[in-house]
Amino acid sequence: MNQEQILACGDELYQAMVKRETLRPFTERFDDITIEDAYHISLRMVERRVAAGERIIGKKIGVTSKAVQNMLNVHQPDFGYLTDQMAFNQGEEMPISERLIQPKAEGEIAFILKKDLMGPGITNADVLAATECVMPCFEIVDSRIENWQIKIQDTVADNASCGLFVLGDQAVDPRKVDLATCGMVVEKNGQIISTGAGAAALGSPVNCVAWLANTLGSFGIGLKAGEVILSGSLVPLEPVQAGDFMSVSIGGIGNASVRFV
Amino acid sequence: MADSQNNTNQENQVNNLTQQQIEELAIHCENAELEAYEITKITDDFPQMTYKDAFDIQWEARRRKEARGTKIVGMKMGLTSWAKMAQMGVEHPCYGYLADYFSVPEGGDIKTDELIHPKIEAEIAFVTKAPLKGPGVHIGDVLRATDFIVPAVEVIDSRYKDFKFDLKSVIADNSSSTRFITGGCMAQVDEVDLKTLGVVMEINGEIVATGAGAAVLGHPAASVAMLANMMGERGEEIPAGTFIMTGGITAAVTVNKGDNINVRYQGLGSISARFV
Repeated sequence: MNQEQILACGDELYQAMVKRETLRPFTERFDDITIEDAYHISLRMVERRVAAGERIIGKKIGVTSKAVQNMLNVHQPDFGYLTDQMAFNQGEEMPISERLIQPKAEGEIAFILKKDLMGPGITNADVLAATECVMPCFEIVDSRIENWQIKIQDTVADNASCGLFVLGDQAVDPRKVDLATCGMVVEKNGQIISTGAGAAALGSPVNCVAWLANTLGSFGIGLKAGEVILSGSLVPLEPVQAGDFMSVSIGGIGNASVRFV
Repeated sequence: MADSQNNTNQENQVNNLTQQQIEELAIHCENAELEAYEITKITDDFPQMTYKDAFDIQWEARRRKEARGTKIVGMKMGLTSWAKMAQMGVEHPCYGYLADYFSVPEGGDIKTDELIHPKIEAEIAFVTKAPLKGPGVHIGDVLRATDFIVPAVEVIDSRYKDFKFDLKSVIADNSSSTRFITGGCMAQVDEVDLKTLGVVMEINGEIVATGAGAAVLGHPAASVAMLANMMGERGEEIPAGTFIMTGGITAAVTVNKGDNINVRYQGLGSISARFV
């Protein structure tokens, strides 16, 4: 794709997000779209958000489960940017009917960094040493692509299908919890709908953050102290609508809950 | 729902099979287990079977084992997750007994040729210190009567062709029980959050399933309460000192000869074994 096309696609995505409209998949419109093109498109979309006054506060890692990797036929995760306008607090009402198009909820572990991480060469030990705390989190993903008909280039371009997120009210030292075996229980409207454990994301959420640091490092970008990193879903995605209530409990870490309006 | 519950209650009380038929079906099911061959589900030939008939067949097979000198070393609950019940097309959990020769040491070998089409499940096991007798047993009773919990891996092996069965057939087949491995790391019930306790199952180093304790009827202790209440319908109690496996936290995963399994439990170590 040429630079002009990339900018145009990023602008289309930004408009689609603002107007809550969906787009035809880019992979149907551009035969030659590469994953690298897609990251440039996502960067343009995020630049538009920043130009409109949003502030980047962290990153999210997506496509971390084997099920989703098989669905998209890729064997690596992807990432997107988090802005201050995406963040909600524990138990707060989340206006998905005003903000999102076709939302789905996923339970995750969030990392809050206390030191910069600059790849390549970042190990799990570096990630743990740079982590201030881990927190329970719901990410509400959304797609600006019609009916979630995404290939990997479509979701990468669309800021890794990022929507909104909620952090719980507990923060735990990562040295105090086994992040690979900690269990997750997700409830929707009072019913347990799924369980999982940390290892569902690339074997460990720590692996996910190390992957992100190393991947960004190869482009000369670092993770910054104070950033929030959403490390990837541990359970299947759950479609949600206004009126739903969801909560997630993570063994040794805590709970997060969200009311959708 | 209320109607089907009533039907179930009635079916818990009455027999439609004769004592001779029950004894023959117990031999039929137990021989398939002992000699590792497949049979068709017995409700195909005996559609009139009740739940009482099904449990009578299971208890008759158990009596036959004990008469030969086999020791019963514990109990197990099966089909305890809503997903598993939906997958198997059954509407209620079930229980079975564990015989002494089902036990495999941690790190040990499981002889695949002695089984038909084994699958593994990650579970939490309870060991009781006081008797539990239904009806009316609840989670609080269970936690009070629990000496400690330990992680366990259950190997299940339905004797029915292609693992296809209905609830009555699976009850008669001792709820697919065949082998189990107990971990070496125990905990008191007040030391762990059983609902969010996570498990990670690996076969040959690859992660194949993850889950948390709530997958078992919302809380593994609820499974023990249900066992006490189901056994109570027959006038049986769970004695102090009973080892009880509460049901799969993960989906049951197929294993093959040559596989190495390793299951990790949050705060409770890991269990490994080999299928040889």
